[in-house]
Amino acid sequence: MNALTAYWSILAKDMRSYYLKPPNISWGIVFPLAWTTMFFIRSGSGLESIPNLLPGVMAVSVLFGTTSMLAVTVTFEKKGRSFERLLLAPIPLELLMLAKTTGAILFGIANAFVPVLMAAFLTDLSGVNWATLVPAVVLIAVSSTFLGLFIAVSVKEVFEAQTFSNFFRFPMIFLCGLFFPVEQLPVWLRPLSYVLPLTYGADVLHGSIHRPPHMPLLLDFGLLLAFCAALFVVSLRNIRRKWIL
Amino acid sequence: MGDTMIEVQGLAKRFGDVQAVGGVDFGVEQGELFGFLGPNGAGKTTTINMLTGLARPDTGTIRIAGIDCSRNPKAAQHLMGVVPDESNLYPELTGLGNLTFCGALYGMARRDREVRARDLLDQFGLAEAADRKFAGYSKGMKRKLTIAAGIIHAPPILFLDEPTTGIDVASARQIRQMIADLNGGGTTIFLTTHYIEEAERLCRRIAFIVRGRIVCIDSVDGLMLQTQGRHVVLFTVSRNTDGLCEEIAAEFPALQCQAVPGGSIRVESSEPVRVGPLVRLLEDRGAEVSEARKMQPSLEDVFVRVTGIEAGTMKQEKAKMGGGK
Repeated sequence: MNALTAYWSILAKDMRSYYLKPPNISWGIVFPLAWTTMFFIRSGSGLESIPNLLPGVMAVSVLFGTTSMLAVTVTFEKKGRSFERLLLAPIPLELLMLAKTTGAILFGIANAFVPVLMAAFLTDLSGVNWATLVPAVVLIAVSSTFLGLFIAVSVKEVFEAQTFSNFFRFPMIFLCGLFFPVEQLPVWLRPLSYVLPLTYGADVLHGSIHRPPHMPLLLDFGLLLAFCAALFVVSLRNIRRKWIL
Repeated sequence: MGDTMIEVQGLAKRFGDVQAVGGVDFGVEQGELFGFLGPNGAGKTTTINMLTGLARPDTGTIRIAGIDCSRNPKAAQHLMGVVPDESNLYPELTGLGNLTFCGALYGMARRDREVRARDLLDQFGLAEAADRKFAGYSKGMKRKLTIAAGIIHAPPILFLDEPTTGIDVASARQIRQMIADLNGGGTTIFLTTHYIEEAERLCRRIAFIVRGRIVCIDSVDGLMLQTQGRHVVLFTVSRNTDGLCEEIAAEFPALQCQAVPGGSIRVESSEPVRVGPLVRLLEDRGAEVSEARKMQPSLEDVFVRVTGIEAGTMKQEKAKMGGGK
């Protein structure tokens, strides 16, 4: 009960201090909108291309939304020393970091559904398999958030976190099959695709919206879960090693 | 006094080539106000970080209220309040918001933490600033709120790291009174400071730490016994004090002489100091003496004798940090 009080308070504070601030709300709407418009214009086709573009835009919105926020909520607080106050609290480190990341996960999920909402006005989404799409969005948000945590713990400055994030984000967008199928990538690049969590998330999103998935859904979900767990465990280990000196 | 609340044995910590803390042993009794005194870089903050779980000891054992925290620093964190050397509250939250948030971190129920936060804001004279953002507080107010945040959950043990460094005189005085009141209410306090007078005024027992090692640990009364039979005179001179101590030492080998920043010379002896010959010597060397004042030996004298660190070094550190004295 005590730990839950702490968990809820950390989450509520982060939501008020960071996620529900007007600049972040506008980022959450403008960013997916810009991506959707950009890809829609670039595709040169009509409204019928929206279902093809939707998985990519959703995933990119989640990826950028979550990884950007962790640089602020973790790196910035660490630099300002207020993170020490959390480390001094009698709550397990695992729960503390879950509390610090839950806000970003929720923010990422909300970001993902902005393009879906916009698409709903322009095209027919009745064929979407929501039962697989929603869990996929959640797992993409969790894995992206934990990737952001891994990055945030690896650096000292907020700008370093943003730069380091791009090192992961941009290759991931082009290698994970969001906009080009993995099969169309050069053979030597394909192994890299399969070590990216977003590859499996993208496969489920495509499978839920406009075409059958390339891999079994159980494999996609299983590997996404494994990436989430691995990134969280490695981040916790790094916090213990680097921040509790 | 009674049970040992903090028990430390062989505690050591190294950062690269630097031995920050080199095997310290001490104990703090329940209800005691224990001072950890030393210059900057002596290992005070590293020790506090190890005791509170922000740093992992290389070797040694830590027991807090009987709980072995050497391997699991989280085990006793619910018993501790920690006030770090720099305020680490959230600038975007109000004073009240910061306190209630800190209460929540210790699992306090909403109603309890709000009542306690309002109560502390009243006690610390911050009630009017309760709804102002922490970022807009003055240094003294920030310090007071940081102390209030450290005791929001009424911990039996409080760690205070340099609580009066860098704040104005009035706030420093208020904070010292708060510390005394907390200790009077039964809280065990572990206080690190490099203000010798502060430690002398507040603490029951003091450890002197230099370069990561405790060089002396005793009650204030026990330490002051070392000054019995010592005589100190402070000369204020008109020119800089360069070379004057060497001249005095050459002429009067029985005297211990030390230049004090600000144009003074401190002379100490086991015999009563004869002022006349010293004034003549100083004036012969072109240093006009404007004042010769007999001083009561203090804890500072004990510190200088035990550690070999000139009191001036500590004073310079104090000035550098904008100390509120």
